[in-house]
Amino acid sequence: MSLSPTDVERIAHLARLQLSEAELASYSVQLQAIVTFVDQLQAVDTAGIEPMVHAIELSNVLAADEVREGLSRDLALSNSPDHDDECFRVPAVLG
Amino acid sequence: MEWQFASAAEISRQLCSKQVSATEIAKYFLSRISKHNQAFNIFVHVDEELVLKQAAEIDARRAGGDIELGALAGVPVAIKDLLCTTDLPTTCGSRFCEKYVSPYDGTVIAKMRAAGMPWMGKTNLDEFAMGGSTETSIFGAGRNPWDAQRTTGGSSGGSAACLAAGLAPLAIGTDTGGSIRQPAAFCGVSGFKPTYGRVSRYGVVAFASSLDQVGPMAHMVEDLALAMDVISGHDPLDSTSLPHEKPGYTASLSQAPQRFRVGVVREQIESDGLNAEVKQAILRTLDVLKECGADVREVSLPHSKYWVPAYYVIAPCEASSNLSRFDGAHFGFRAEPLEGKKSKSPLVEMYSRTRAQGFGAEVKRRIMLGTYALSSGYYDAYYLKALQVRRLIRQDFDRAFEDVDILVGPTTPNTAFKIGEKVDDPVQMYLEDLYTVGANLAGLPALSVPCGRSQVGLPIGVQFQGRPLDDALVLQIGHRYQQAIGWRPTPAPLS
Repeated sequence: MSLSPTDVERIAHLARLQLSEAELASYSVQLQAIVTFVDQLQAVDTAGIEPMVHAIELSNVLAADEVREGLSRDLALSNSPDHDDECFRVPAVLG
Repeated sequence: MEWQFASAAEISRQLCSKQVSATEIAKYFLSRISKHNQAFNIFVHVDEELVLKQAAEIDARRAGGDIELGALAGVPVAIKDLLCTTDLPTTCGSRFCEKYVSPYDGTVIAKMRAAGMPWMGKTNLDEFAMGGSTETSIFGAGRNPWDAQRTTGGSSGGSAACLAAGLAPLAIGTDTGGSIRQPAAFCGVSGFKPTYGRVSRYGVVAFASSLDQVGPMAHMVEDLALAMDVISGHDPLDSTSLPHEKPGYTASLSQAPQRFRVGVVREQIESDGLNAEVKQAILRTLDVLKECGADVREVSLPHSKYWVPAYYVIAPCEASSNLSRFDGAHFGFRAEPLEGKKSKSPLVEMYSRTRAQGFGAEVKRRIMLGTYALSSGYYDAYYLKALQVRRLIRQDFDRAFEDVDILVGPTTPNTAFKIGEKVDDPVQMYLEDLYTVGANLAGLPALSVPCGRSQVGLPIGVQFQGRPLDDALVLQIGHRYQQAIGWRPTPAPLS
């Protein structure tokens, strides 16, 4: 499949990455090359093959519903770039 | 005593018999680090006081007759800077986490702490473990101790190079597509990727969760077994951790079967892309294995040419999801707002600016690739398709393992490449993973050990791959091979 710079811009927005014009141009070329490379997969007949989502397929892993100590609020906030000692602080959602 | 020529097991024996103290060992390697680290850019954080304090605690416990000290108590370990540690930074080689100090220890770290292993330091890596050359780190490229113009391989390049430079006797790496085995091969050391789920991923910064696995790196397979005894086992904090019983890796190390069946993958040994010197080294290894009781036969893995394409869909998809947590709100870097710019959503603006500035080029490339493959209209064509091919790849291995006990082949198609050679060509870089990603997709245990050097003196690695859960067998056969060739710890001669 082919990727236009508009496609790359849309993908970058979905990924929340603000790209410069130069990045947009170079990523368009590189992503196209990678997509062409992985397009080889289309040649494989996979009719009726169950997707394999995990290396070792365990299912219904349960844990006992026990209270145990978690991170304290201070520790949880300790690496945050902005907080008010109670909550993470972020810019307004709507401008 | 020049301890860089000693295995972790030998250091352990000398410590246990009180021939040397943990403090003397730590000081010895610290002095080598201060002499050689800068030239090769191996360790990114070393805390001398911390390692000496940890070593002194072990010495005090040993002097006090503590009988609970494990085999590796006092043996210093180097840790890839992707595992969360409370007493050293965890940067992931990224600007995003430049100042990050984890509020908790990962399970592997907690187990090594309990085992009394002092932290030699945190090692250089590709940013968020995404790469095969340790060139994308914010700390700059790691350099190969065998030839400083060449890469260490990656992403666990610092963990491999610290052994090759004789700066630590034991290291921890992570392997998502070959990131333990490929740098081990390039640096002339041994590295083991266990069966997926044998070692907990709790507290390991996630790249691709269905593929990531932590494993040990050292000179000798015996050292890998000692480390596996410490770091492996079921962990309730990782729901993908295997509940199966943990074998005694060291206890069973000498119990390799008298006769075993070795498979050589036709598609790999006959591939045009395989360097002639690497091929010769593998053929010589097979001859040694025959003398050790191996019955060698050819096997076919018909979907092996789809390993790398399937991997470069699945791994970026998982990465794009995992790395969404780097949002500038909870931890790490946040970009300054642009003065005077009015935005529909200041929050989305903050996310996008932060992620654009916080991530390097390769990480952004993979996030976008994964976002594309998971986006509406492309999910079935890419992600789902790759997962179906992954099943076929696993079925190939299952079929091969009906006839053989272990697969033996090259770890990498070539020896270490030059720094800068592939950094601008992602597809060429991805093909570095040609022989290693199969084990990650299928979840197999896989080991790389040194098996020779090229004419110009660059190390070559042989890979042993076993059935899922056959970790102990893979180590046993690797150990027998090292015994047969009389392998000794072989750090690079440094000027």
